Amino acid sequence: MKIVIIKYNAGNIRSVDFALQRLGISALITDDHDEIRSADRVIFPGVGEASTTMNYLKMHKLDALICDLKQPVLGVCLGLQLMCTHSEEGDTTCLGIFPERVRKFVALPDDSASFKIPHMGWNSVSDLKTSLFRGISEADYFYFVHSYYATTGADTAATCNYLVPFSAALQRDNFYATQFHPEKSGATGAKILGNFINLKV
Amino acid sequence: MLAKRIIPCLDIRDGQTVKGVNFVNIINVGDPVELGKLYAEQGADELVFLDITATHEGRKTFVELVKRIAQNLDIPFTVGGGISEIRDAEALLAAGADKISINSSAVRNPQLIDDLARNFGSQFVVVAIDAREAHNHWTVTVNGGRIPTDRELFSWAKEAESRGAGEILFTSMNHDGTKNGFANNELAKLSDSLTIPLIASGGAGSMEHFSDVFTLGKADAGLAASIFHFREIAIPDLKHYLRERGICVR
Repeated sequence: MKIVIIKYNAGNIRSVDFALQRLGISALITDDHDEIRSADRVIFPGVGEASTTMNYLKMHKLDALICDLKQPVLGVCLGLQLMCTHSEEGDTTCLGIFPERVRKFVALPDDSASFKIPHMGWNSVSDLKTSLFRGISEADYFYFVHSYYATTGADTAATCNYLVPFSAALQRDNFYATQFHPEKSGATGAKILGNFINLKV
Repeated sequence: MLAKRIIPCLDIRDGQTVKGVNFVNIINVGDPVELGKLYAEQGADELVFLDITATHEGRKTFVELVKRIAQNLDIPFTVGGGISEIRDAEALLAAGADKISINSSAVRNPQLIDDLARNFGSQFVVVAIDAREAHNHWTVTVNGGRIPTDRELFSWAKEAESRGAGEILFTSMNHDGTKNGFANNELAKLSDSLTIPLIASGGAGSMEHFSDVFTLGKADAGLAASIFHFREIAIPDLKHYLRERGICVR
């Protein structure tokens, strides 16, 4: 099976590769269009700023390519946000795979000691849908670090609560995405990556 | 609910852990990767690796080590020690570090915080502050608490936040090593004034101290070294203790 991690100007790409290696899976990190199109699984990870990253994707014509992919695609963190319609970060028009919008966390003054921003650390998720969460329960925790969140809607595959309910995971057709970092979420996160690789197509 | 984090801190010299003698289940107690994996399996939420090497060769060893940690560890980790330029941080990011911690170098050159946050994002930048109290004044110190500066704890923490720090790691030099508990009053005051997460360090000696630091001290994470390394507190026991007291832990 050919696993491709999309290479672009974002941090954290190596971490996903290392996590796959721990599962005994070797992935190809590339921005080559033919390599990405011919992969069995595509992972779109990332930590970074939305508008500069979208510009980079457009410049390298990766935006249209990602939207046209037919094999299972997994977006992680910024990857999830860029797969939504619009992000408040840099007022950015995103890929539009999911109808959700990306908003900035705003803490009320009374909440500021209990709700720090970024939302950083381990949180649990609920209303788990899709086989991405096979073998995972609402008692499990995932590692998050983000200041922007995707709203909830029909494509929400897991919900997390922090100041507001937001999409911890999204799914539509062959497109999957998690706001948390499976590559940093211990054994539970490894299970998510394994489930993605083993999705029935 | 967002869980309170328990963070063991490992001191590294020339690629080897300095403390950590009482472990029976691992072969090489000096190997930071083995020790880190053991902590991760026990339920540590994050790890901090602090490089206390002074030599240039030791620094290169540390970057190699960070890569090995990133390959083997499936929880987030912060690295600190000797980061004074963008390119130091860049090498650590490329090696796979999730966050870097800066301390003395940020005090000497506060612009470093802005530059790191702009280049790598706030989530990558932890500003560590060592401060000592005398006559109700908290003086920021550098070089491991040895040299006092003209900066004051609370204003420096706010400045670090506004310059783009993603987290503050506060160590009270008055409490560090005493095992009498964390500086809860100052931590609570800091936590109320900051919008970014606060990691408490210095003074952990019992499980009650962790419960206090999360309730009285309003900290988002608690960091300790020797009590974990010398097995005075086992992380699974600590998590159980905190959970029984209604504190959300993983």
